[in-house]
This record gives sequence, structure tokens and C-alpha cells, in this order.
Amino acid sequence: MQYSAWRIFTQALKGNSGWKPVWRDPDPKPEYDIVIIGGGGHGLATAYYLSKVFGQHKVAVLEKGWIGSGNVGRNTTIIRSNYLLDGNQPFYEFSMKLWEGLEQDFNYNAMVSQRGVLNLFHSDAQRDAYVRRGNAMLMSGADAVLLDRARLRAMCPFLDFDNARFPIHGALWQPRAGTVRHDAVAWGYARGADQNGVDIVQNCEVTGLLVQNGRCDGVETTRGTIRAKKVAVCVAGSSSRVMAMAGLRLPIESHVLQAFVSEGLKPVIPGVITFGAGHFYVSQSNKGGLVFGGDIDGYNSYAQRGNMATVEDVCEGGMGIMPMIGRARLLRMWGGIMDMSMDGSPFIDRTPIDGLYFNGGWCYGGFKATPASGYCYAHLLARDAPHEVARAYRLDRFARGAPIDEKGVGAQPNLH
Amino acid sequence: MIINHPLLGPRDAAEFIYKGDASLIDRPDGMAEGALAAFDAYLHLRDNPAGLHRELWYHEQGDRSWLVVTRNTLTHEITRVELARDVARAQGRGR
Repeated sequence: MQYSAWRIFTQALKGNSGWKPVWRDPDPKPEYDIVIIGGGGHGLATAYYLSKVFGQHKVAVLEKGWIGSGNVGRNTTIIRSNYLLDGNQPFYEFSMKLWEGLEQDFNYNAMVSQRGVLNLFHSDAQRDAYVRRGNAMLMSGADAVLLDRARLRAMCPFLDFDNARFPIHGALWQPRAGTVRHDAVAWGYARGADQNGVDIVQNCEVTGLLVQNGRCDGVETTRGTIRAKKVAVCVAGSSSRVMAMAGLRLPIESHVLQAFVSEGLKPVIPGVITFGAGHFYVSQSNKGGLVFGGDIDGYNSYAQRGNMATVEDVCEGGMGIMPMIGRARLLRMWGGIMDMSMDGSPFIDRTPIDGLYFNGGWCYGGFKATPASGYCYAHLLARDAPHEVARAYRLDRFARGAPIDEKGVGAQPNLH
Repeated sequence: MIINHPLLGPRDAAEFIYKGDASLIDRPDGMAEGALAAFDAYLHLRDNPAGLHRELWYHEQGDRSWLVVTRNTLTHEITRVELARDVARAQGRGR
């Protein structure tokens, strides 16, 4: 069913009796061309682009719980393409361009809102670094504007410009960046993939990978054996657990990242504001809640909840840069599991096992990458060659001495 | 989280810096055959288990000792804390 204003009008006259479930709930077939493990944003996007762009229709997405129940439903919804390095920035700008056309493409309201992202700077050295980053963004075809103190003050008068430790000198602004309704991304991709014939199989946990003689021929699941020519792992957060079924160790640690929402407020924050020096970032949801977060807790965890020390740290960051946040009450907070890679950058690659493909290592930045990750993974699966903008995301890049380390902190995942 | 320091008693985890998997104690021999591959694995690859995990914590805001903490990554429950130097010596390391 195609959604449109006309459809809403006619359905209103019929008492909304004609709406149908947005995707089917099929039983798994015994065999597919491609089986995607993981019904999160990236897995569903991969299925969508495989079926829509790359002509693959015998595709299944296997999800342990219900689709979108992982990090695509528990992130802080920010999209941006403000990276520095060659291996990253063209990929994220490709993702931003896909975001811009996404709702028309999959005919679903994902509430893509290009309200802008501000990166604050506090010293001459930091401004120089942001000028350099802005130039890298412009060279990739993205947009970047350097705001001085006066322009930033006009935009965000509530910031603590004269903070003693971190006086605000200005910001790097990406006007095209913004926020997206995260659940709707999963639902929109699921609906689009389903319409193109992809089976989305929920409550189907993969319990084993069928690996023989260096080849993966399918998966064992709680709903039976499913054979496949290609098996695509896409389970960021649990990548190590799934790949361990094939005997592979990854350059990844799983860490917990917490996020927070305040009570609903009238509109106070124009876009997304990031305070990198203290690690705090904030935006305001359409419902009015301030959505904010900061650093990962910093220790291996699969618990999906964090500790108080990080809560305090994030709130101190908020108070440091935006004292008015102290007037808002914290409504809720939660944690999600991140694939923290050894250089802070992701992987979209084949593995040493034929027929087994890997997508993961997204650290705390996977949401913004969803469209490009799905598109590039679909490209790799369909054509067995990496997409042009994802060529650097190889598993062997550490052994080759070619990490993509935006922060320059080395192989220490909790510092990225 | 509270880490029960073998010398100082229960201490808040916020006093510590987290390093990672305790296998980082076992630095490969740089002069051995295949040292390049061994160092790649040592530096970059991790077991990353869901469940019991032996890991290195550094008591930076305390006595600056390195600890090997056994912790459940699914529950954050800490079941064992040892001095890293005792663990290393038990494995035959000189210091």
C-alpha cells in the first residue's frame, strides 16, 4: 500500500478500516540466496537495497527478537557527515545524501529533520582543527560553516560562553545534519524490503553457523536449519558472539553507552549541540524532551545498562556548557551495547570463510550510517566487491597498518 | 561498581582506569618467529565474551596498582580481584 495524503483522506472517510499490517510475518523457508542475521537498522537497510537496487529477492532477515529492538530503537537519532579522514568522510556523506532522499525513496515518514549540528570549540587550536575538518567535509561534497562567537550567540544565546574552563569561541556547523525518527527508519526499511519480497523472520535466533571446509552454507536457528548461498552477519553489539560461532575473533570490544531524556519542554534547542571537549551532546525531540548523552562507560559490557559515574559525568558536561539544563528533570535513561572497534571505525567486509560476510564495529555512531551501511553491504553481497565509499572498511586493515583512527588514540577501544 | 581491592578493600570503580582483557599481560616475544602476526593478534583481536571476563584495571586515583578483575559482562558482578603482578608471577614472569 502506497502512503500519501490522499490515502489518509480516503481512509478517514472509511473510518481507517483499510490500513494493513506494514510487513508480513512469514515462516522461514528452507533455503535463500542471502540470509541476513540481525533485523536492526543496518540489516533491514541491507535487505531493502539488496531487493530494490541489486535485484536480489530470495533474501531473508533473521531477527532474534522483534525488528528494531536493538540499537536502532535506543540511540539519540543524530545524523551527520562531519568526519575528517578519507576512509570515513565520503562514506558518511554518501549516507547523508541517502537520508535526504530516504522518505520519498521508501515512501515512509521517517521525520528526517535537517536542523543542523554544532560542534563547539574553546581554543585557537581547537578552532584550527575544526577549520581543517570543515575543509575535509567541503572537499567530500558535504557542507560546513565556521561560526564565530557572535553568530553562535545569536543561534544559541543560552550557552555558557564565559565558562572559566571551556570558554566558547565558536562552532563548526553542519546545517544539513540533524535528527531522524529512529524507529521509523527500521519500520520504513522493513516495509520496503517486505514489499520487494524479502522475508523478515522475527523471533528466530541464530544458534549456529554451518561452516564446512572453509565455507558457510547457512545457519542453524531456533526455527530450523536455513541454507543460504551467502550469510551476512549484521549484529553490531553482539558481533563477537555471533562470529565466535564460526571460530573468528574480531578487533572489537562490546561496551555500554548510556543515553538520557528529560521531561518534555517547549522548544529551546534549535538543533544538535555537541561539546566534544567535555563529551556531552544534546538535541530536542519533537515531543520536547531533551535527548542527550556523552562518553561510553569504558568497560566491556553486554548488560545494556551503565553505572552512576558516567551519569554524573554526562550531567556535569551538560551543566558546564548549558546551565539551564539543570532546571529540567531527567525522565529516563538507558544503555545500549556498542561494537567498539580498535580504531573507532567500522567494518563491511568478507571474512576468511567463503560465503560469510561481516558488517559491524560501528562504535557509538552506527545510526547515522544506516542507509550507507545497508547500501554498501548490499553492494558487497550482490557483487562481491566493495562499494567505492566503503573500500577502507576491511577487517585486515590493522595487519596492513592502515587503521582509520579519527581520534588518533590507537588500539584502545574505550578511548574512541 | 565496587572493586574489592586486595590491599585497600572495597573501592569505587570510578577511581580506576580500564585497560581491557587480562590476556594483555601476555605480551608476545618480539624476537620469536611469526612475531608480526602474534603482535597483530595481541594488539587487535579480543575474545570479548558475554559472561565471565578477566580484565585489567589500573588504580590511578589510589595506590596505582594494576588489578586483574574477574567480572561478569552480562551483570557487572565482580567475583574475583587479584593483583596483576601476582597473576604475572604465577605465570612465570620475572616482574
